[in-house]
Amino acid sequence: MFNIERWQEIFETISKNKLRTFLTGLSVASGIFILVILLGFGQGMQNGIAKEFEQDATNRISVWTGVTTVEHKGLNPGRFIELTNEDYDFLIKKYEDDLEFKSSIYRIWSGIATYKTESGSYRVEGVYPDYQFIENATLSHGRFINYTDQDNYEKVITIGHKVYKDLFEKGEDPVGKQIQISGINFKVIGVYTDPGGEREESRIFLPLSTAQRVFNAGNKVRNLGFTLQRKATFQEALQQSIQFSAEIESFLKERHIVAPEDTGAINVFNTLEEAKRFYDLMAMIKLFFWVVGICTIIAGVVGVSNIMLIIVKERTKEIGVRKAIGAQPWSIIGMILHEAIFITAFAGFLGLIVSMGLLELVGPNIEIDYIVNPSVNFNVALTTVFVLILAGTLAGFFPAWRAARIKPIEALREE
Amino acid sequence: MYGNVYTAMIEIKGLHKSYHMGSNSLHVLKGIDFNVAEGEMVAIMGSSGSGKSTLLNILGMLDEADEGTYSLDATPIKNLNEKIAARYRNKFLGFVFQSFNLISYKSAIDNVAMPLYYQGMKRAERMERAMSYLKKVGLADWASHLPNELSGGQKQRVAIARALASEPKVLLADEPTGALDSTTSYEVMEIIQAINDEGKTILIVTHEDDIAHMCKRIVHLKDGLIIDDTKVNQVRAKQATNV
Repeated sequence: MFNIERWQEIFETISKNKLRTFLTGLSVASGIFILVILLGFGQGMQNGIAKEFEQDATNRISVWTGVTTVEHKGLNPGRFIELTNEDYDFLIKKYEDDLEFKSSIYRIWSGIATYKTESGSYRVEGVYPDYQFIENATLSHGRFINYTDQDNYEKVITIGHKVYKDLFEKGEDPVGKQIQISGINFKVIGVYTDPGGEREESRIFLPLSTAQRVFNAGNKVRNLGFTLQRKATFQEALQQSIQFSAEIESFLKERHIVAPEDTGAINVFNTLEEAKRFYDLMAMIKLFFWVVGICTIIAGVVGVSNIMLIIVKERTKEIGVRKAIGAQPWSIIGMILHEAIFITAFAGFLGLIVSMGLLELVGPNIEIDYIVNPSVNFNVALTTVFVLILAGTLAGFFPAWRAARIKPIEALREE
Repeated sequence: MYGNVYTAMIEIKGLHKSYHMGSNSLHVLKGIDFNVAEGEMVAIMGSSGSGKSTLLNILGMLDEADEGTYSLDATPIKNLNEKIAARYRNKFLGFVFQSFNLISYKSAIDNVAMPLYYQGMKRAERMERAMSYLKKVGLADWASHLPNELSGGQKQRVAIARALASEPKVLLADEPTGALDSTTSYEVMEIIQAINDEGKTILIVTHEDDIAHMCKRIVHLKDGLIIDDTKVNQVRAKQATNV
């Protein structure tokens, strides 16, 4: 197959027919370029959505309360429903075997925290030790609050990385330092980071028991957070979490005398179900991008076929001359195909390199919600290039074959 | 060569050819018997539609006869498939066309070298050979020019060089001077005569009397039959130019 004479002949033809070559190349290169960029952004969106869900445990189920909107059993709408320690205790006892992590939360939306001369306003949350895992938090200094702190009403806090950055000097060890929150001194026992970023990291955690006592909350809690035991398959996990959500929702509604159809008073948010919805949407978007990309490639192939047809038409006379001076049919087919394959391959790889380069260069700098680091699987891109080359070859073969069959006398007559 | 042995380069017997266009059938060649000896220079004349170009195309293996036999240098030409026809064309024949048929994006020397490419000759050798033939037609200085930078006469001389490059047995020329003015025509004929002087067999289709008389034999075709076949005294193109 490798024949230096043939290559010389091809290069000569290509270099003397620049416009034709350019047009063929352009349709191929732009096809690949568009496909790669589309796939890149598809991946970017997937990454972005995955990141949104990373901030908490992916199988988190949250419960929060609000105001009733429907009259129920003679009670007027507009009652504020509050959860209590008893709700929580009952639920964790009932679902002991199903739950992996569990916590109830009592929250102050803006607590003023002061350390030396620095101060800031942060969310202050009284939680159980499990909450670290429900929040998907990782400790960078010290430790998270534990059950001993809980039982002893210790005034200890684990602060977010943002809080640490705001209040402490760079490099200062925060562990053991005293921070004032609403005029009460707390001892810092750890710093955590969260994949959710600054918003998730500007919080202060303390034991729930301490929080209820120092903020005069009695036995009230604001939120419940659970994760369920891992299941073998996603479907099973999804099924279980949907069932669990429904059960606790109806249980809590009954307990607090809320109408079953009331959507305002008691809310259960199932991250997994939400995630599934997003991933389904994502899959649709990806599919759409693929379809658009493949259509682009098809357009590219059609373009190549068109140009190949025109080339053969345009070169009919030349083919006649070549045959008159002794070219054999296969050498004609070979010549045209060789040229087609060379141009498609070259342009295809050029489109690939340019688009991948662009993604590499621009991708990491894109900071838009739901699009993170658009990139494309190199093998997928490479495969599409080869598919395109194959298609281009097929597209070129039939005109070439026809050209080679034209009688030289007819070809010579062609004007 | 050996006494009276007649070496026929081209031998055709009972050649028939019809063209079919829809329901109409056009009988172009109606039984041609025709021999050409090695070293002859034959003009084929006739009005348009007489079948002279068809005859030349069959001789050139660009077209196939319906009936009759054809042998070229003692090789029977029959049952040609494209592959064999291509090989024979390359080996036996050189073509010169009225419209030159040079490949427009190739330089003069590349055009001349092309038959050699199809013979599988290496590039360096090809170029050397092509150059020597360009010299022969007096265009060595124009080797790197593209066809559209050459005059009609120069183009035809390049075409002649190309036809000769593969060192064929027979040179077939279809109205080689048809697109040229008379001065240029004579220049081209001068070259063709010089090639014939070296012993190459040449067939020229023409409808011009002066060109025909520069050959050594004139064959007249009319309605698909040879009506006249006479040897003539060759008029040297060089003298004709000076007249």
